[in-house]
Amino acid sequence: MRHIISILLENEAGALSRVAGLFSARGYNIASLTVAPTEDPTLSRMTLVTSGSEEIVDQIRKQLNKLVDVVKLVDLTDDDRIEREMLLIKVCAEGGERDEIKRLADIFRGRIIDVTDRAYTIELTGDGSKLDAFISVLKSRRILEVVRSGVIGIARGNGACVAETP
Amino acid sequence: MDRGVTAVELTGAEIFVRCLRDEGVEYLFGYPGGAVLHIYDALYKQEEVKHILVRHEQGATHAADGYARSTGKPGVVLVTSGPGATNAVTGIATAYMDSVPLVVFTGQVMTSLIGDDAFQEVDAIGITRPCVKHNFMVKDVRDLASIMRKAFHVATTGRPGPVVVDIPKDITAHKTAYVFPKDPTLRSYKPVREGDPAAIRQAAALLVSAKRPMVYAGGGIVLGNAAPELTALVRYLGAPCTNTLMGLGGFPATDPLFVGMLGMHGTYEANMAMHDCDVLLAVGARFDDRVTGDLDKFCPNARIIHIDVDPASIQKNVPVEIPIVGEAALVLRDLLAALQATDSAPDKAALAAWWRLIDEWRSRQCLNYDRANIEVIKPQFVLETLYRLTRGDAYVTSDVGQHQMWAAQFYKFDKPRRWINSGGLGTMGFGLPAAIGVQLAHPEATVACVTGEASIQMCIQELSTCKQYDLPIKIINLNNRYMGMVRQWQEFFYQSRYSHSYLEALPDFVKLAESYGHAGLRIDKPQDVEAALREALGRRDRLVFLDFITDQTENVYPMIAAGAGHNEMHLATDRELA
Ligand SMILES: Cc1cc2nc3c(=O)[nH]c(=O)nc-3n(C[C@H](O)[C@H](O)[C@H](O)COP(=O)(O)OP(=O)(O)OC[C@H]3O[C@@H](n4cnc5c(N)ncnc54)[C@H](O)[C@@H]3O)c2cc1C
Ligand SMILES: Cc1ncc(C[n+]2csc(CCOP(=O)(O)OP(=O)(O)O)c2C)c(N)n1
Ligand SMILES: [Mg+2]
Repeated sequence: MRHIISILLENEAGALSRVAGLFSARGYNIASLTVAPTEDPTLSRMTLVTSGSEEIVDQIRKQLNKLVDVVKLVDLTDDDRIEREMLLIKVCAEGGERDEIKRLADIFRGRIIDVTDRAYTIELTGDGSKLDAFISVLKSRRILEVVRSGVIGIARGNGACVAETP
Repeated sequence: MDRGVTAVELTGAEIFVRCLRDEGVEYLFGYPGGAVLHIYDALYKQEEVKHILVRHEQGATHAADGYARSTGKPGVVLVTSGPGATNAVTGIATAYMDSVPLVVFTGQVMTSLIGDDAFQEVDAIGITRPCVKHNFMVKDVRDLASIMRKAFHVATTGRPGPVVVDIPKDITAHKTAYVFPKDPTLRSYKPVREGDPAAIRQAAALLVSAKRPMVYAGGGIVLGNAAPELTALVRYLGAPCTNTLMGLGGFPATDPLFVGMLGMHGTYEANMAMHDCDVLLAVGARFDDRVTGDLDKFCPNARIIHIDVDPASIQKNVPVEIPIVGEAALVLRDLLAALQATDSAPDKAALAAWWRLIDEWRSRQCLNYDRANIEVIKPQFVLETLYRLTRGDAYVTSDVGQHQMWAAQFYKFDKPRRWINSGGLGTMGFGLPAAIGVQLAHPEATVACVTGEASIQMCIQELSTCKQYDLPIKIINLNNRYMGMVRQWQEFFYQSRYSHSYLEALPDFVKLAESYGHAGLRIDKPQDVEAALREALGRRDRLVFLDFITDQTENVYPMIAAGAGHNEMHLATDRELA
């Protein structure tokens, strides 16, 4: 089953490679991984999407928690949560195509963020399936480049995955 | 001046030495080189931290490891950058697999040169990452003391393990004021100590309800100094107790409740009891594949309680009913109290029936061998004699192979921290340097290194270290002219095609020992074994290398082939499946 795990880790050189190394050394899957510093510059937030049997995901959580750089870990899978991913897609848009592609972008609530006489670059956020759907709608056109950010997620409601203040 | 604080500024190298002193480090095992010369200069100017010069960095890590395993204190290593660091890796991985607390300092090229393929530069942090509990790179001399403090804290708490600290050369020259940090805690690292009381009460209830209870205790008992608590609990339960290879000494081997080691080369009674028990209490053991054999056939009838300080050890290979995360000593103490607090007591009649079954298994005498042989030295006989002559009170280190298994089977350890061997990584070459660390830590004790002619050659250069520091280690070389363990597998599983497992061109070990300044003896008759051991043990002041020419084709029994079940053992007597 697919799991989405949110991790706070020390914002230190090497912390990311510890996580990546753990996955390759133990043969776990990583579907996507995003990481950036938080409002507290000593911490990074990582969102990791993985999959495996319950036993394997249980080991993944325990092994991640065991890393000395991991400050806090929450598995969002069972929570009511919001997931977002960003897509930047560059697609050929010439002549009559231009209006139609713009319409499609509007339908998906995408935004055209760069325009040339031959191409549009469109920005779209949403969950993974929405991005997939948009890409497949554009499949019949000439897609020049696809850039996806990987998933980030947060629990709905008041609960928060934050470091305990000492 | 006040301990722990200096008003004047010190160099990184001086701070390094002060920190070791303030951590209470007795011995530093190391080998110099360019990147650590400032540190070596600081070491030269003091006498509190004693430096032990090895002959190869692998030896430094194993010696520190032997020191740590036999004392419970962290072993400390200093090596230079590049090849110094890579040579240390085998020893770091060895300690990692057996959860031994080490702090290994690697020199690094100057900060400004990192990443430039500078002379003797390797990415020590990257290379060691998969085989350390944690590692640190020091980027500012003002962080040095706090990083060192954290390194010792992480290495020695929770599930222990090796920690590497990489120190660029320029950091050891920079200056700052020295303060020994009082509090080493990290916000991201808080090992659990106490077990969950509700789970402990549940475990107690399950244990008293057992008709065929079994206790399976591992290295965590030794690492966590929990032998007294384990012994008290097992005696209260009146249950059979087995130890893993790493747990030997965690429960007294001469206690009638002890059924021997379990697993691939465990006793018939231990493995059969595992197979037939109805409640299994696992403590400080990690269900290694050499122990469980085929997981589908593992303890088919048992409800399992598992106590471990590392949550990741629990439910990793085997599903358990009652997981308890915590320090073995504390949880076992609470578990005994919980048992004593319940109204019900262990079922005496059921236990008696269980023991009758176990005694039947015992009567197979699975460790029997050809004792009457007067032609050729049986390796088991050497170890039995060693046990008798040392009254079971020696520190025994070992290398890897058949000799290791025989030592585990025939030397009965009643105390923890006496049996020092590489179980998880199975590192040939471990025994002799480990014995160096043990002998330094216990100068008055008898330290025997049980080895084979192949293993001993992997760190033989450390004989020179033994000479330099006058270490009177007794080397018991069970010389079968074979990589015996490899030969045994080839006999069983490759129709006796002995591909590259025969050792030709062996050195004359007696002369070799003598050339290093030690005494050597070759023994090739069973009648001479005892006298030779007596003579060697009597020489309190000298290392004696005993080269026992043993039976070439002896095999280790019992044996469970990889992937078989506990009730599918090869025994020596019938050479058939039990
Ligand atoms: C040639 C060869 C043959 C072998 N054959 C056998 C064999 O027949 N039988 C056998 O048993 N082994 C055998 N081994 C060894 C085997 O490979 C494993 O190393 C060993 O079984 C692991 O022992 P353990 O489960 O006690 O775990 P260890 O590696 O000792 O791990 C300790 C466990 O205790 C936990 N722990 C640590 N500190 C504490 C604490 N304070 N409180 C609670 N828990 C703690 C740790 O988290 C870990 O889970 C063999 C090795 C070799 C090289
Ligand atoms: C560094 C290393 N290389 C290879 C092995 C594989 N191996 C395990 S036992 C063994 C043979 C050991 O021979 P010896 O030291 O003579 O001991 P014996 O089995 O004969 O008692 C080998 C090669 C190992 N464990 N470690
Ligand atoms: Mg041999």
